[in-house]
Amino acid sequence: MILTKEQQAILDGEKGETLAKVMKTLVMYGDAFEAEKLVPITSKYNHLVTSFGLKVMSPVYDLMQQLLDSDVASEQKFSVDPRPLDKNVPANFLQNLVFNKFMYTKQDFYEKQLGKLGLMDKNAFTCTCYMDEVGNKPQKGEVLSWAESSAVVYANSVLGARCNRNSGIIDIMGSIVGYVPYFGLLTDEGRKATWVVKVKTTKMPEAQLLGSAIGMKVMEDVPYVVGLDQWIGNELNDSACAYLKDFGAATASNGAVGLYHIENLTPEAVELGENLIAEDAKEYIIDDAELERVKNNYPVIWKNPDAKPKLCFVGCPHLSLEQLKSWTLKLEAELKKNGKKKVTINTVFTAAPGVLEAFEKTEYAARLKATGVVTSYICPLMYMNNPLCKKMPVITSSNKLRTYTSARYYTDEEILKTITGGKN
Amino acid sequence: MKQFKGRVVTPGEVTAEAVVTKEGFNTLASLQMALQFGDKEVKCGDQSNKELYGKSLINKALCLPQTIGSTTGGLVLYCACSLQMNPACMLFANHIDSLAAAGAVLADVWVDKVTMPVIDSLGDEFLNYVKDGMKITVKADGIVEVE
Repeated sequence: MILTKEQQAILDGEKGETLAKVMKTLVMYGDAFEAEKLVPITSKYNHLVTSFGLKVMSPVYDLMQQLLDSDVASEQKFSVDPRPLDKNVPANFLQNLVFNKFMYTKQDFYEKQLGKLGLMDKNAFTCTCYMDEVGNKPQKGEVLSWAESSAVVYANSVLGARCNRNSGIIDIMGSIVGYVPYFGLLTDEGRKATWVVKVKTTKMPEAQLLGSAIGMKVMEDVPYVVGLDQWIGNELNDSACAYLKDFGAATASNGAVGLYHIENLTPEAVELGENLIAEDAKEYIIDDAELERVKNNYPVIWKNPDAKPKLCFVGCPHLSLEQLKSWTLKLEAELKKNGKKKVTINTVFTAAPGVLEAFEKTEYAARLKATGVVTSYICPLMYMNNPLCKKMPVITSSNKLRTYTSARYYTDEEILKTITGGKN
Repeated sequence: MKQFKGRVVTPGEVTAEAVVTKEGFNTLASLQMALQFGDKEVKCGDQSNKELYGKSLINKALCLPQTIGSTTGGLVLYCACSLQMNPACMLFANHIDSLAAAGAVLADVWVDKVTMPVIDSLGDEFLNYVKDGMKITVKADGIVEVE
């Protein structure tokens, strides 16, 4: 890697030992990918994945403290993934005891560190930082140092920004030195698709199921998806963006996708079309049968596969304002159809604090509350990390949550029927 | 005994018993429960990985194509090394992915008492040849011996 004089001086320790180690980390990280240089970060804000004060992650907070003690915090402010805890989310006495006394004991401490390191707002805790209500929405072509796989894939694919799948800690280190190594998804070559995915379903494919199938097939490669625009349109409106948010999260968690192109829809696909497809790209055809096969192969790790669900999470990644409204309408209709007034299973819809605040100002908030659904800003994954919650039969419409926890995946329609007392 | 040549991502020499997966290794899903609850055997917690689920990973030569999943993966690996609950080494058939690279580099730069050599680009032949329980020796120049 060729460094500028300034970058070399930092690496040589002229600005202190801690900053030298930060620079060494980024240089070694870039060397692993044959990066020839470091490039400036150009986005207004960063986004960090580490939002939780988990006792076992003490090495992380120790490292953060080293950065703070050495006074190397950057000027670039950031948003961060969701908080782990909210007293409004149903949890019994023992579950709460584990949350508060054994698991997230460093939450307050870590949030103070985040404040000192440059948190953009005291409520900027969400995996969907790019929502208008949150305000961390990079522009096309901007270079980011983000982590959080679902946010990175959204920023790259839907917004046309440029970011590698950085890990936690690397995210803030990029901000501190102001540079990231130039490789992979920052480069034109790295953004070319080595898979063509042909969607040949007879109905609109479920976003997180389609994403899961593609993620598991292409792993970390870039797919160019053909045939999806016929279902979600060729305009990046609220509905299409919400679909792609969920789709991308599944590709990124079930595989390792950092960028996808949707023909006729996402910005680079609209601009460059099939010129984005690399030579000898592989092909993957997805029809109804393939989606059914993928869904039927998910492992069920409930002790009793026929157990009655005790909790339902919708919103991993966090729901958009439009999704909250649309779910309210669907719930009301389905409850009425089934002769019910309230959901029959404890159900939590999660969204960014800013989105929930905007939702509260609409007529839909009271209507959703009347159905018995609880809204929260937490990360459902952080909740499910509690071993007492892991044993509970939990259902979800999130394939990302399914991947990391014992929660069982169902489509939106199946979830709707189940929580309203209908039959699947 | 067979030798394979890879690229050194983070340096070191070690001898350990192999544990092998041909699927993407989901670092968060595999390690989170073990780290969180102090499982001394560091048993793999990823139920989607049928090859590794329930197997001990600590002090083993983890042989894999790449890691997948959450971008917390790198810091999870860093924490595993800090807590000395890490594999003895990580041996990638493919080019290392960005999350594993981050974790390996963070451990190399910021953790003093642990060395976890990471070698990548060993090739599909390596991953097809190596089996659970085989003796692995990692040399400083990226040579991996499999017995």
